[in-house]
Amino acid sequence: MDDFLAARSQMALSLGFHIIFSCIGMVMPFFMAVAHYYWLKTNKDVYRNITKAWSKGVAIFFATGAVSGTVLSFELGLLWPGFMKHAGPIFGMPFSLEGTAFFIEAIALGFFLYGWNRFNKWFHWVTGVIVGISGLASGILVVSANAWMNSPAGFNFINGQYLNIDPIRAMFNKAWFSQALHMCVAAFAATGFAVAGIHALMIIRGKNILFHSKAFTIAAVFGALAAIAQPLSGDISAKDVAKRQPAKLAAMEAHFHTEKKAPLVIGGIPDEKEQTVKYAVKIPGLLSFMAHGNFNAEVKGLDSIPPENHPPVAVTHYAFQVMVGLGMIMLCIAVIYFIAFWKKKQWLQSKWLLRLFVFATPLGFIAVEAGWTVTEVGRQPWIIHGIMRTSEAVTPMPGIVYSFYIFTAVYFSLACIVTFMLYRQIKMVGKLYDLPANTSPLTDH
Amino acid sequence: MLYVVNIYLWASILLYLLLGGADFGAGILELFTTEANRSRTRKTMYKAIGPIWEANHMWLIIAIVILFVGYPAIYSTMSVHLHIPLTVMLMGIIARGTAFTFRHYDAVVDDMQTIYNRIFTWSSLITPLFLGIIAGSAVASTIDTNAKGFLNAYIFSWLHWFSIATGCFTAAICAFLAAIYLIGETDNDTDKKRFIAKARSANIAAVISGALVFAAAHIQNIPLADWIFGNPVGIAAITAATISLVSLWYWLSKGKTRVLRVLAGFQVSMILLTTTYTLYPRIVLLKGGTYLSLTEHAGHMKTIETLAWALLLGSILILPALFYLIYSFQKKTEKSL
Repeated sequence: MDDFLAARSQMALSLGFHIIFSCIGMVMPFFMAVAHYYWLKTNKDVYRNITKAWSKGVAIFFATGAVSGTVLSFELGLLWPGFMKHAGPIFGMPFSLEGTAFFIEAIALGFFLYGWNRFNKWFHWVTGVIVGISGLASGILVVSANAWMNSPAGFNFINGQYLNIDPIRAMFNKAWFSQALHMCVAAFAATGFAVAGIHALMIIRGKNILFHSKAFTIAAVFGALAAIAQPLSGDISAKDVAKRQPAKLAAMEAHFHTEKKAPLVIGGIPDEKEQTVKYAVKIPGLLSFMAHGNFNAEVKGLDSIPPENHPPVAVTHYAFQVMVGLGMIMLCIAVIYFIAFWKKKQWLQSKWLLRLFVFATPLGFIAVEAGWTVTEVGRQPWIIHGIMRTSEAVTPMPGIVYSFYIFTAVYFSLACIVTFMLYRQIKMVGKLYDLPANTSPLTDH
Repeated sequence: MLYVVNIYLWASILLYLLLGGADFGAGILELFTTEANRSRTRKTMYKAIGPIWEANHMWLIIAIVILFVGYPAIYSTMSVHLHIPLTVMLMGIIARGTAFTFRHYDAVVDDMQTIYNRIFTWSSLITPLFLGIIAGSAVASTIDTNAKGFLNAYIFSWLHWFSIATGCFTAAICAFLAAIYLIGETDNDTDKKRFIAKARSANIAAVISGALVFAAAHIQNIPLADWIFGNPVGIAAITAATISLVSLWYWLSKGKTRVLRVLAGFQVSMILLTTTYTLYPRIVLLKGGTYLSLTEHAGHMKTIETLAWALLLGSILILPALFYLIYSFQKKTEKSL
């Protein structure tokens, strides 16, 4: 592995790790706030217990997300100093605001986690809601910074110089809205399904049914709503990519030749040498429709882009297929769930529905990882689309491959510990939270 | 507007040193506490920094964001030539932050706690040590942007006596700040006495390692004494710090919490002030007499302006909330004493 690949792998690993924790840290507070609200309204202990149990999860995920986010802010310089030297002043605005949002989140979390029985109950509830809102805001801001890499704005690039810098225009670049929307909805869907899946498993096993059923419902409703909204935001994203990054869209779809009535390619194995896709299902005209809203529109293929500017087709295509495929499965489960919710109440009691959710536990996060692969790999060879190549940005320091090994080991151990702790949290639910009313030995935190 | 950003950068470094420093220091104290008292120290510490540690940690993020948005040349030069100590510091931050949370949120208390504790205490020492090494390297004129070869470019830029002495000094200061802070956070006299004793030894360690910094500066021909004593502001600050140090020892025996906190915070602020005052606006001194400065190497004016507004706006939102957080938990602690 050479240093360039090592730097890219380390960045991918760090992002891939951070994204899971930040999604959960961003979304779980909303689940928590709902349970907390029910408790304040109904005074039923089960809701307080769910809130407390989830808040421990949030604390663990928030801490891990916060440190891995700190690592990322340094890694931008450690791995890509050439990029940051020029890009920092242009796309730094969302990062400065994200600092504020994140700071507020940390303060609100301090109030929330340590504020049980110390403050007015509604003030305490509001601090929990602020954790969620500020978390969501930081997510949107960070994604807006990433969107700038896909859709550079707010400067003029003249003779290798970055002139007329306007950080506000850079922040509100043309891709920020579609990317941020797609990411936030994905975070809700992934976290909702993951949390619901875990509680579903515990219900199937017959453990602490009341606790897990109530928790399941809150998470499942959030996840299912997001899964239904996601294809819409995906459509907005696809149209956006088609307009601004035709090479990325072509790689996503393994669309080698520019043509009208372009088919949607489902599955298949792209062959970059032969410029064909084997064993794929093709639906004529659908890609034209999805990209440009017209079945006859021309969709640019990779043949219209110089070969040195082609992103890796196979990786992008597979990742895209995985993302869309899993999104569709989640959509189906969401529809079934809502049918059960409104029309077929008896389904809610049946094991098969719970099993579906257990099966779907990891799907959202796999889709999130796949989606990021599409965004990042699909942008290659550019770090700033059309302006700066990733290879021009990498650090001159040799031996990055060792750094990659070390970070891999650290993230791997962290992932193991967090999983282990989560397992222990769930195992202890019976002892800690599922108690007869008014005999709770719960401590403050 | 550039001044606004510069002040924010300085303030966030100071606040990270004071608040984040006390945080690190608490871990260092735990490392140097006998087995018998360790769980008591841990309990006091958790109560004291539990609600605010995430916020303390944010000052570093603010400083780093100011650097990369406002001073990209400085940020990228440091990122390249101090890659290794920065990475070690990051490892420390990861290990510390996660271990701190894990040990309190693990649903089961068993042998895993020993592992979390060990990771927490050692990383609490390593992180400020390398933070100091980075700070020392920035002003030691050892970063050579034209260096050829791995050792010259990426190792000797930071591995030398001056940076190591600065690292030890930083760690000692952190331990000192933590001990002073924790004196007011205990609920009984035995612990209070213990933290007073810790504050004394940490203070002695800081003075000794401070002397070592001067010795190392002398060996490496770094005009540290000139920077500090060569101007009226430096002399005044150091005199004030020395006077406050003497009175701190007096108040230590009385155990006056608030006075002690103010004095300790004042001393550390004075140390940072003297070391940065003469150098300003220079922030990174390079080999061969060149340097990176906060005025000449600032980013585009438009960026600096927006950054300044973002920081001002952020402060309006953050500071009252932060003060209220610290205030309310302080008040509750006082009530419980």
